[in-house]
Amino acid sequence: MEFNSNTNHRLVIASSPHLHSRWSTKQAMWLVVLALLPSLIASVIFFGVYQLLIVTTSVFFSVLTETLIKKIRKKKISIADGSAIITGLLLGLILPPNFSITSTAIGAVFSIAIGKEIFGGLGFNIFNPALVGRAFLQAAFPVAMTTWQKPYYAVDTITSATPLASFKFDKAVTEIQPLILGNIGGSIGETSAVAIIIGGVFLIGIGIVNWRIPVSMIIGIMLISAIFWLVDPLKYASPLFHLFAGGYLFGVFFMATDWVTSPITAKGMWIFGIGIALIVVVIRTFGGLPEGVMYSILIMNAIVPIINRLTTPKIFGADK
Amino acid sequence: MPNHSEVKIGLKMSLISKLKTFKGGIHPKEYKSLTNKMEFETIPIPQKLIIPLAQNLGNPSISLVKKNDLVKTGDIIAEQNGFVSSIIHSPVNGKVTKISNHPSVTGIPINSINIEKIDSNEINLMSILDPERISSEQIIERVKYAGIVGQGGAAFPTYVKLSPPKGKKIEHVILNGCECEPYLSRDFRLMIEKPEEIILGMQLIIKAVSATKGTVGIEDNKPEAIEMIRNAAKNYQNISVEVVKTKYPQGAEKMLIKAVTNKEVPPNKLPFDVGIVIQNIATAISVHDAIIKGMPQISASLTVSGLGIKNPKNLIVPIGTPISDILDYCGGIVQNTVRIIAGGPMMGASIYDLSTPVMKATSGILVLTEEEITHKEETNCLRCGKCVEACALNLIPTRLARLSLLDKLELAETQGITICMECGSCAYTCPANIPLAQWIRYGKQKVLSLQKERKSA
Repeated sequence: MEFNSNTNHRLVIASSPHLHSRWSTKQAMWLVVLALLPSLIASVIFFGVYQLLIVTTSVFFSVLTETLIKKIRKKKISIADGSAIITGLLLGLILPPNFSITSTAIGAVFSIAIGKEIFGGLGFNIFNPALVGRAFLQAAFPVAMTTWQKPYYAVDTITSATPLASFKFDKAVTEIQPLILGNIGGSIGETSAVAIIIGGVFLIGIGIVNWRIPVSMIIGIMLISAIFWLVDPLKYASPLFHLFAGGYLFGVFFMATDWVTSPITAKGMWIFGIGIALIVVVIRTFGGLPEGVMYSILIMNAIVPIINRLTTPKIFGADK
Repeated sequence: MPNHSEVKIGLKMSLISKLKTFKGGIHPKEYKSLTNKMEFETIPIPQKLIIPLAQNLGNPSISLVKKNDLVKTGDIIAEQNGFVSSIIHSPVNGKVTKISNHPSVTGIPINSINIEKIDSNEINLMSILDPERISSEQIIERVKYAGIVGQGGAAFPTYVKLSPPKGKKIEHVILNGCECEPYLSRDFRLMIEKPEEIILGMQLIIKAVSATKGTVGIEDNKPEAIEMIRNAAKNYQNISVEVVKTKYPQGAEKMLIKAVTNKEVPPNKLPFDVGIVIQNIATAISVHDAIIKGMPQISASLTVSGLGIKNPKNLIVPIGTPISDILDYCGGIVQNTVRIIAGGPMMGASIYDLSTPVMKATSGILVLTEEEITHKEETNCLRCGKCVEACALNLIPTRLARLSLLDKLELAETQGITICMECGSCAYTCPANIPLAQWIRYGKQKVLSLQKERKSA
């Protein structure tokens, strides 16, 4: 290193603070991709290599759509920030196994175009883009979206219906253990609770996911479903079943915690999480659908701005 | 006397019982090890000194000298202008060469007295006072005539802080030994090297405001300082040490008061209003020196650090010393230096001219390289809420920054933009790299001038 003290040195003038944390949008997004890998691996184990093709298609069309729209709008290409890749991955992982490639592509285009770019791109979208895409596919291809492949290692008693559907329509209860491992019917990346929790705990640990949303969602669904379950355990599903069945945990760690579409205040995060849990239990218990995570999150996404406004914290030292 | 391991055990116990602190804040990398083993050195008096006539927050001082005047060390060269202002003494024996505008650490050029050094050992001190017999009024008077300003960063005239408005009863004096800014180890070294002076200075401050007790707040990352101060204070029943959590901005007045007393200073109010006076470690030493040695505040103690300086040091320098002299004394700077800062890296100002002089409240000179200052691309706000969680004053930084950008000043005002202390935690933590603190500072200034207009209208 060469030291000198001549005054011809070029200095940069800037306003404080002069230090910055290690965080950047790009880095955070890639860490989310990393956290999704266990779920992706689990899906291959339980449903086969074909699922990788679905996920890849979804990612490819997400990135392509974003790039095209940015080109048309003459904005900077933003592939490097990784957000389109995440949307693609998330959408792919919440589709049924062996879903049609063409429909997957349509869903991905819809996610990015209508879910995100139409609002002005990353940071301005109100709804979780992947869920917007899935909601569209649900409406456009209702049968394909509810056709579930039997997982490879399923024991005989488990049919290809999802545990939630079995419970809703036949009152058939699935044991908790296969729910945790993922050896059950369900969406590509949603069936293995273990894989989801590994990724989710990683994201909380490194500080990308704020713990309040997962914790409030988990506590929320356990408490709310416990009320029904205690009234009539035969008619209503148990709290653990609610927690581990369907896409709830995937929603807890990867969907509801999406930065852009969740509240920014601490209190708001609690309201958001408990609100989702409440709507999920209501839909599953009284609605016509066995699932409900997607709609719950989308509904709560819609009221995030008002949650933020109503939960603005009291300024330090102020009376009210 | 507690030995080192006892203090460590004590610290562990307090960790289990949860250290006192405030809500929010951040944990930036500390970089303290660059200088926290370095004993203070006194820099030789430079050939030429430049003394800005605005050393304090408030009114600039008025020069009492003119070109070609000869001055002695300790001579008053500028007088106070109004209540919130301070006296300035000459730090050297020399000759006034000119009085003109010069770049300053505030970013704005300030009218400054230039003095050329003359070799001589003459010094004009004030009388020495007996700390046992001195009255409250005499302490305040002496602090005023010694030209002492707060050395925690804001440079508020200390005697004003010791003169609470009528009817405000001060019960508690808090000495701020947090030093939560990264890199800086000035207060830490002072606590290790001059603990008795600090405690005696604090005792004088307690006497000046007729308080009943004093607490030294020190972050738990400074066990040696905690031990030294505890030891120095053991004969004073009314003074205790409170170990607080290491977290930025723990050293902000409101945050330290919250940690030590659990009181919250309301928006637009001062520590006075909750019965507290809070002073910095270096300020306590200045008070001590003014009374015990008759020494006016003519030097600044500071940390010179950063990966860009060859020999990081803790220095005592005459006020008015150009930064270039300090960099020379510390062995020079590296080629990939990108920023030089007066103060800490979170709240300090970046320097554009190396002849900028040190002021009474300058706590550090940092020479930062590309390695320390990373430039990441700014993206849209991702609404992650990290800034909201970091804000110690419960503001919504992303909202305030956006309102400032859109010039929606009335809305920003109702959202509390003027409460912001500009600690920079929000901008530090933002993954989208939005200059939140900078936008808020811009909006805050605009709102403040709007409020001024409204008042005068």
